[in-house]
Amino acid sequence: MGFLRIAAAAALLALATPVAATAAEGELTFPPQNWSFSGPFGTFDRAAAQRGFQVYSEVCAACHSVKHAYYRDLGGIGLTHKEIEAIAAAVMVPSIDDDGQPAERPARPSDHFRAPYPNETAARATFNGAYPPDLSVIIKARAGGADQLYNLLAGYAEPPADMKLGDGMYYNKYFAGHQIAMPAPLSDGRVTYADGTRASVEQMARDVTTFLAYIAEPEMEVRKRLGVKVVLFLIFMTGVTYAAKRKVWADVH
Amino acid sequence: MAGLHKSEFENPVIRWVDSRLPIFTMMQKEYGVFPTPRNFNYLWNFGALAMVNLVIMIATGIFLAMNYTPHATMAFDSVERIMRDVNFGWLLRYVHANGGSMFFIVVYIHLARGLYYGSYKMPRELLWILGVVILLLMMATAFMGYVLPWGQMSYWGATVITNLFSAFPLVGDYIVTWLWGGFSVDNATLNRFFSLHYLLPFVLVGVVFLHIAALHITGSNNPLGIEVKGPQDTLPFHPYYTIKDSVGICVYLIVFALLVFFAPNYLGHADNYIPANPLVTPAHIVPEWYFLPFYAILRSVPDKLGGVLLMFGSIGVLALVPWLDTSPVRSARYRPVYRILFWVLVLACAVLLVCGGKPPEGIWVVLSRVATAYYFLHFLVILPVLGKFERPLPLPESISRAVLADGGGGGPLPGGAAAKPMEKA
Ligand code: HEC
Ligand code: HEM
Repeated sequence: MGFLRIAAAAALLALATPVAATAAEGELTFPPQNWSFSGPFGTFDRAAAQRGFQVYSEVCAACHSVKHAYYRDLGGIGLTHKEIEAIAAAVMVPSIDDDGQPAERPARPSDHFRAPYPNETAARATFNGAYPPDLSVIIKARAGGADQLYNLLAGYAEPPADMKLGDGMYYNKYFAGHQIAMPAPLSDGRVTYADGTRASVEQMARDVTTFLAYIAEPEMEVRKRLGVKVVLFLIFMTGVTYAAKRKVWADVH
Repeated sequence: MAGLHKSEFENPVIRWVDSRLPIFTMMQKEYGVFPTPRNFNYLWNFGALAMVNLVIMIATGIFLAMNYTPHATMAFDSVERIMRDVNFGWLLRYVHANGGSMFFIVVYIHLARGLYYGSYKMPRELLWILGVVILLLMMATAFMGYVLPWGQMSYWGATVITNLFSAFPLVGDYIVTWLWGGFSVDNATLNRFFSLHYLLPFVLVGVVFLHIAALHITGSNNPLGIEVKGPQDTLPFHPYYTIKDSVGICVYLIVFALLVFFAPNYLGHADNYIPANPLVTPAHIVPEWYFLPFYAILRSVPDKLGGVLLMFGSIGVLALVPWLDTSPVRSARYRPVYRILFWVLVLACAVLLVCGGKPPEGIWVVLSRVATAYYFLHFLVILPVLGKFERPLPLPESISRAVLADGGGGGPLPGGAAAKPMEKA
């Protein structure tokens, strides 16, 4: 059946197009990394994500919020309820006291992660008008995904001699225009890992990327596991239905 | 008894209802014994698939709407909350978002099937036009749905597309302000889009009903494009096509599930995970993939009004196809030249799809122009002229003859339209 064959090819072409479209968009390409969470069976490397949480809290949290995430979400990367309670309790979040006056109280696991700035204007005022974006879905909000974030964090370097950087701008190989308002957040030994892992820039960049990939898609492992079951079930149903179809049609052909 | 329908159902409850409101008789007639050409191929699944898809969209949409907040300051966050806090909210949203893409894949194939086998020809012209109306309604619905998550592409897509109306002389700017409910895309726009996004799918259900009602008057076309001549050419819809459609639905669900569970954002645009910001214009504003061919046509014309007219014309011309195509033969199987040109048209659409996603410069503009030119040439010149000159291959005498000739199997014919009623009602 000519139509069916060619139509199938056309459908594949249609599916392939967005890739082509995105590839053409940015001049930047991001060398791909191996991620524990990629592929249909990928899961988050718990140890890396926990280290990444440490990097986020000790470094990125000074400037970036992850306002859609809750402290309880840390359960998904292997922290116990006790640990989460302690982490939350160490953070003061805005609240209202009995007289209706603004106050602060220790956070609970059910609270959203606290944001470093009360609002966008306050953040922009600090960074010459640049805005450190919320990182809750940053992995999904960049066409290059995890590879883009990793390379950005590890991509700081000396600017080429002929390049004039703007005021308060830093050279980065993996940022559009190669000038970014974020000072290099990572440097060797910037954090001290409890598990003894050496805190190189690349290591921290990998870890925090893993953590933010989890924060962007906390449902990912459940989704993929369910997906495997659903697809296997549907393949089985296709077989059964096709057999039934053959049987019903047996008297026609 | 006077006034009661004579029901043939035995079950007393069904009989009681059916005598007063013969919906069971109707279902039996339209979906049970309905005489259907016996030679459908799997391309005839796509109508049923579109039906299933519409139901999925409405079902997931209603549950999304329970948790969604149509307000410029809250819409983005409420979608994230659906993804994180609503039980299986991520599933609802990913099914709905990818369901939009699946819907267009299915409907585009359904439409191409119609073009290939000449399903729009007398007596199915109105059926075809209702199909074009469905396509337009789907586009309006999907466009407004894409605005709801209020990301950067939502906002800027809405801005670019609504701005097209400003191309109309004199009234253009008034129309745009009226559409927006203000002087830019803003909360008022989001609210009306939500309201209409909820409404239009139900209008769609109504038009789909008419589409199917018209189908059941004329009966289906088939891969040979020749009319049914008698019961030997048909099979009762049930069980033959209920089971064949079920096979198609299973395969369709596999493709759907692969997208939803393993690549839920593959067909989307990363920028739509950035909250809408009227002060920052994205580097490239692109619509959803299923609008890219039309977007390419729009941008292939240097003049804004011309582009807008051509874009709407590209759908309008579809509605005229029953009269533009002058060939008496329906199926491309028996039209050696049309058969090739059909694939040239598909290629032109594929080229437009690719060009729509590229920046409008250099080679992409040239390619869009060539493909746009072919698109209109195909419908406005080739179809009318070809019908007069093309020499069709000899048509088979009847469907049953053709089927038996290549199927090889003899065997007793099941009684066609006169076959047994459904075992259970
Ligand atoms: C000193 C404050 C500061 C710290 C610490 C910081 N950032 Fe940033 N970040 C910024 C600012 C400011 C921008 C906006 C840059 C711009 O738009 O030029 C930014 C931008 C970003 C972006 C967006 C880049 C893009 O593609 O648009 C990402 C991703 C990011 N930061 C991740 C991180 C991560 C991960 C960390 C922790 C390892 C971190 N940042 C630490 C200030 C900071
Ligand atoms: C013809 C059927 C429909 C189509 C083609 C369609 C299409 C879409 C699309 C493309 C989106 C954007 C998805 C995203 O990127 O997040 C969307 C969102 C949405 N739709 Fe629909 N839709 C349909 C029916 C419905 C119905 C019937 C309802 C409600 C009863 C509904 C409610 C919503 C809501 C609340 C959203 C916002 C949530 C979100 O963005 O995920 N939809 N729709």
